[in-house]
Amino acid sequence: MNKASVSALFIGLIFGFGLALAGMLNPAKVQGFLDITRLWDPSLAFVMVGGIGVAAIGFPLVKHRQNPVLEERFHFPDLVKLDRPLLIGAAFFGVGWGLGGLCPGPAVAVLSLAFWPVVIFVVFMGIGLIAGQKLKAKF
Amino acid sequence: MHIDWANFTAIESTLGGVLIGLAAVLLMAFNGRIMGVSGIASAAITGGAGRSWRIAFLIGTILGPVVYLLAFGTIEMVMVASLPLLAVAGLLVGFGTAIGSGCTSGHGICGISRFSVRSIGATVTFVAAGMVTVFIIGLF
Repeated sequence: MNKASVSALFIGLIFGFGLALAGMLNPAKVQGFLDITRLWDPSLAFVMVGGIGVAAIGFPLVKHRQNPVLEERFHFPDLVKLDRPLLIGAAFFGVGWGLGGLCPGPAVAVLSLAFWPVVIFVVFMGIGLIAGQKLKAKF
Repeated sequence: MHIDWANFTAIESTLGGVLIGLAAVLLMAFNGRIMGVSGIASAAITGGAGRSWRIAFLIGTILGPVVYLLAFGTIEMVMVASLPLLAVAGLLVGFGTAIGSGCTSGHGICGISRFSVRSIGATVTFVAAGMVTVFIIGLF
């Protein structure tokens, strides 16, 4: 395994551990966060505050470097403006997130619990990802 | 609206968020990449250059909760959807994040912390769509 993969493996481990600690692996908790008109669990807003806080401080520090430790250059997204595919896609995603209580990171992480309904979700998510890549130009 | 104090986990969720943010910063510092799981998963499936670090990241993401289990014993997980509904939800999540160029990690954490207008727009949209969806589910 090359250095970039070893690094990604350990960083993924921190990410997956963080998701578990945050409560993101629990679909019922995710729905509780989205259920603002009834009994609202604001916990996941705190996940965003913690995550955005650290990243908002960390990214500018990282940018002081010429290039990443293990690769030739930083890959920051090129697009800057809002467009139709972005908003339509986000709306589709939000509906799926509300229905299942899982977004991509937690869906992958929760595979660790070997609970087969989650495998169904992840397989269909994979099909959706490929279909979306092929149809993206039509939106 | 009432606050669900019984399930509110301010400290754990904030600390979990800190680790997620730390992972995002480290992936940029070491690998030069945005930590967006939908994009990483998509490129891991389709292949090409950079497939190995992406697969390694996803394996790490699966191992993270295993370490958590070894340390704390349990992870609370209550499914909310039937199998057919989970399949539809998975399809929508995959399709939507592919069209919308990102999900909760890429837009919600990485993008917002870089003050990206696209990511702020996407996050507001998917959170709002999720809230409307959960509101409608609750009517039945």
